[in-house]
Amino acid sequence: MSAKLPAVHGSINGQAFTAAADATLLQVIRGAGLQVPTLCHLDGLTPVGACRLCLVAIEGHPKLEPACVTTVADGMVVHTHTPELETYRRMAVELFFAEGNHVCAFCVANGSCELQDVAVEVGMDHSRFPYQYPQRHVDASHPQFSLDHHRCILCTRCVRVCDEIEGAHVWDVGYRGSTCSIIAGLDQPWGDVAACTSCGKCVDVCPTGALFRKEDGTGEKHPHPERPRQLAEARSEHHWQNQ
Amino acid sequence: MTTPPPKLRFATVWLAGCSGCHMSFLDLDEWLFELAEAVEIVYSPVASDTKVFPQGVDLCLVEGAVANADNLELALQLRARSKVVVSFGDCAVTANVPGLRNLWAGVDGGSRQSVLDRGYLELADTGAQHPHAPGIVPELLERVLPLHEVIPVDHYLPGCPPSAERIRTFLEHLLRGEEPAMEGPAMLGFG
Amino acid sequence: MAVTWRCCDATACRAAGAAALRQRLEAEVGAERVKPVGCLRLCGQGPLAAADHDDGRSELFGGVAGERRLDWAHPFFALQRPVVLERCGLVDPSSIDDALAQGAYATLAACRLRPAAELVEEVVRSGLRGRGGAGYPTGRKWQLVAAQSNASKVVVCNADEGDPGAFMDRSVMEGDPHRLLEGMAIAAQAVGAAEAYIYVRAEYPLAIERLRTAIAAATDRGVLAGLPIQLRIGAGAYVCGEETALLHSIEGGRGTPRPRPPYPAASGLWGLPTLINNVETFAAIPAILREGGDWYAAMGTAGSKGTKVFALSGAITHTGLIEVEMGTSLRTIVEAMGGGGLGVVKAVQTGGPSGGCIPVELLDTPVDYASLQQLGSIMGSGGMVVIDGSMAMPELARYFMRFCVAESCGKCLPCRAGTVQLEQLLDRFVEKRASPADLAQLEQLCGMVKATSLCGLGQSAPNPVLSTLRFFRAEYEAALAPGVVP
Ligand SMILES: Cc1cc2nc3c(=O)[nH]c(=O)nc-3n(C[C@H](O)[C@H](O)[C@H](O)COP(=O)(O)O)c2cc1C
Ligand code: SF4
Ligand code: SF4
Ligand code: SF4
Ligand code: SF4
Ligand code: FES
Ligand code: FES
Repeated sequence: MSAKLPAVHGSINGQAFTAAADATLLQVIRGAGLQVPTLCHLDGLTPVGACRLCLVAIEGHPKLEPACVTTVADGMVVHTHTPELETYRRMAVELFFAEGNHVCAFCVANGSCELQDVAVEVGMDHSRFPYQYPQRHVDASHPQFSLDHHRCILCTRCVRVCDEIEGAHVWDVGYRGSTCSIIAGLDQPWGDVAACTSCGKCVDVCPTGALFRKEDGTGEKHPHPERPRQLAEARSEHHWQNQ
Repeated sequence: MTTPPPKLRFATVWLAGCSGCHMSFLDLDEWLFELAEAVEIVYSPVASDTKVFPQGVDLCLVEGAVANADNLELALQLRARSKVVVSFGDCAVTANVPGLRNLWAGVDGGSRQSVLDRGYLELADTGAQHPHAPGIVPELLERVLPLHEVIPVDHYLPGCPPSAERIRTFLEHLLRGEEPAMEGPAMLGFG
Repeated sequence: MAVTWRCCDATACRAAGAAALRQRLEAEVGAERVKPVGCLRLCGQGPLAAADHDDGRSELFGGVAGERRLDWAHPFFALQRPVVLERCGLVDPSSIDDALAQGAYATLAACRLRPAAELVEEVVRSGLRGRGGAGYPTGRKWQLVAAQSNASKVVVCNADEGDPGAFMDRSVMEGDPHRLLEGMAIAAQAVGAAEAYIYVRAEYPLAIERLRTAIAAATDRGVLAGLPIQLRIGAGAYVCGEETALLHSIEGGRGTPRPRPPYPAASGLWGLPTLINNVETFAAIPAILREGGDWYAAMGTAGSKGTKVFALSGAITHTGLIEVEMGTSLRTIVEAMGGGGLGVVKAVQTGGPSGGCIPVELLDTPVDYASLQQLGSIMGSGGMVVIDGSMAMPELARYFMRFCVAESCGKCLPCRAGTVQLEQLLDRFVEKRASPADLAQLEQLCGMVKATSLCGLGQSAPNPVLSTLRFFRAEYEAALAPGVVP
């Protein structure tokens, strides 16, 4: 946070905060030791506000606002866990499970999956929405990695990390609505996309078991969601020059 | 003279699941003795020989999804005869692995035909044929359903399987007449 | 005595045989006495042709053989208040000479002699609100863009018009394209923009052709005050009408919305301050600057000034295009102008997939932003569909929900996955196999999708359900099947 900017003041759940004027609400919430669930957001990547789990209520705002893309303002009075927000968050997580094909029991990410974690966080013990069983496929064309679309929650972290950090822009989103899917290249098999450097960053940041290393079996995935932030920081702070 | 309070009539049911949830239940080991003090096990694939689901059950744990005609019939019966019904494990809660054949609901012939063809014709080494024994082998339902899409369910105990610890905490609450606090990683979480 | 014919050459009449009618008339009176014009309003009776006599009398005929004699004195025409459509139907949309002769670009020329701030002020005074659906005060938006200090700014016209049942913007572009260009050029001068885009959907080939012709001619004549206007053709996604998705699409990206702020006024196309307005909004500008903001503000109601164009359709006798003063009652529109329902009128749907149904008991509701919103509907862009007794409301709600399922861009979860579940819940009501729990879930999920979706599509997708639940709840309750558990 830049020291030049004036500080702003406000409160979150009754707890006063002081923050740099360019901070996001999510930074402030976490800085205060509080927690809101997130899935699409990842430190080091451009926020997109797509999963809607981090929505918070701000007094005087007619709409709920996503903490990850909302900049703080002086006098903001924020509530992160109103009954309404808790109801909507749980419904959102149920919708995530219902729209894909999640069978945690044999998933590579079982035990290290952010969707699983978020389900626990919002108290989801079952889905009131019927599972949709969409017809999706697995792309195992890459020599080292696989993409199991059944588990993809369309957070677009892979799209952003590959574009913004690796600079390869292998991934994009194709199709519309409930048929959306992550696509490699021009909707080609991943292994055919020459732009992929096999850096593994997309696998590191994927919050679920959608992207994984081929050698990983059930429950063996070890994600590294901290890496984009480390790399972005290393670049902006020129860490390699200070070694 | 005081008569001891009547024991809680307890049942466990095994629908379309792998029996893993019941194995986890058995992992409760010596706590099972304590449980046996508190409840009367009136129906269970692992602790009772009764073949017909009895009347007047207080608490029923149901493992497995509803995948065939027998599952459906038993689900309706246990609901009518039980005070409290618990979806026990991921298969009951989400349809989980048995529900995977629902992915074929949209393909030619539907999920029932596809899974039978795959299992008994395509993958057969010899003597490929569909099982056929009316009255013995139950008909598959076209769609495998989680328990709560078939009958009203009172509690959900997720996990594949739910750990013995989770089952125990859950049952202890119920036995004390409390609402089980389904919160946090100890009590929640699929897989 | 000589007669000059004005033949409607807009999309609806073309589909109804306008070409054959024109050929016949040209053979009869000679091509020089037959002029193609934009929509003559009563599209349902098309193809239409107006016979203007030298003595000032005018007659209107419908049908390829002119077999239906229509009446200009009918309330359908008499109660109209043309401002945006003042030249539509009179001017040859492909002829800049005709447009110039009828006053096109005169206001722009006059505006060039006035300070920019004065133009913005005039629009503020007019009380004009955006006609694209959200109703944001146009003057305030212009002020915001004008206040940006950037050297480069952009003006964008939203001509994506994707609501089912809406054809107001299409009619303006097909009938009087120069009015749109003039409005945009005035806006560019007012906010200090040096380039402009029109984003028009590919399903409007005739509008695109007319705009191309008009832009080329206006540029050629130098009447656009040097403003380059570029056309961008959309690929037919409804959500590309949402302003941030539209800007992404112009930039060559995927047409998906992004969270606002920043609003386009601060950071829009290529990150530049961008004024984005709807076709009808821009088309109202020349008249406002010509007659003055106060003149415009004298029409309409306290919160809804001026006039609004509606596309009147559905189970009603007279279907077509109307422009009326804001505050006109639905009853006047449906019963007087529209000649009443074809069957028993049950409701009027406004605002398309983002709107709601006003039941027939409330037909005296004035058409203005606040009144419609109070009833759980919206003005929207101007689609107005009359619903008769044969339509079951859960089915109508499902129709719009299906539209939203098909048009969701898929970026945010509540809209992508929530609308699918809503459609399936509505299936249960349509098929009369719903449970009371389904009804509760329907309402709760509507609330969730509305409150948590990223853009206006998801935020308003539940409106047709909520509004029919509000006024026609009995139809949902009647769909509950007794034996359904859980
Ligand atoms: C899903 C969606 C579709 C929209 N479609 C259109 C459209 O087709 N035409 C339009 O002018 N505005 C449309 N809008 C509104 C625009 O986002 C924007 O508010 C409008 O272009 C601003 O112009 P105005 O202030 O002149 O109305 C749409 C909004 C949403 C959320
Ligand atoms: S991705 Fe996560 S939620 Fe989905 S199956 Fe794997 S572990 Fe379960
Ligand atoms: S491995 Fe690296 S280059 Fe290849 S798709 Fe993933 S992030 Fe992009
Ligand atoms: S593959 Fe993983 S990182 Fe990429 S969108 Fe899907 S869930 Fe997100
Ligand atoms: S509300 Fe719907 S259309 Fe809008 S961003 Fe979300 S998914 Fe896309
Ligand atoms: S984390 Fe903010 S919307 Fe996904
Ligand atoms: S299109 Fe010809 S009258 Fe409307």
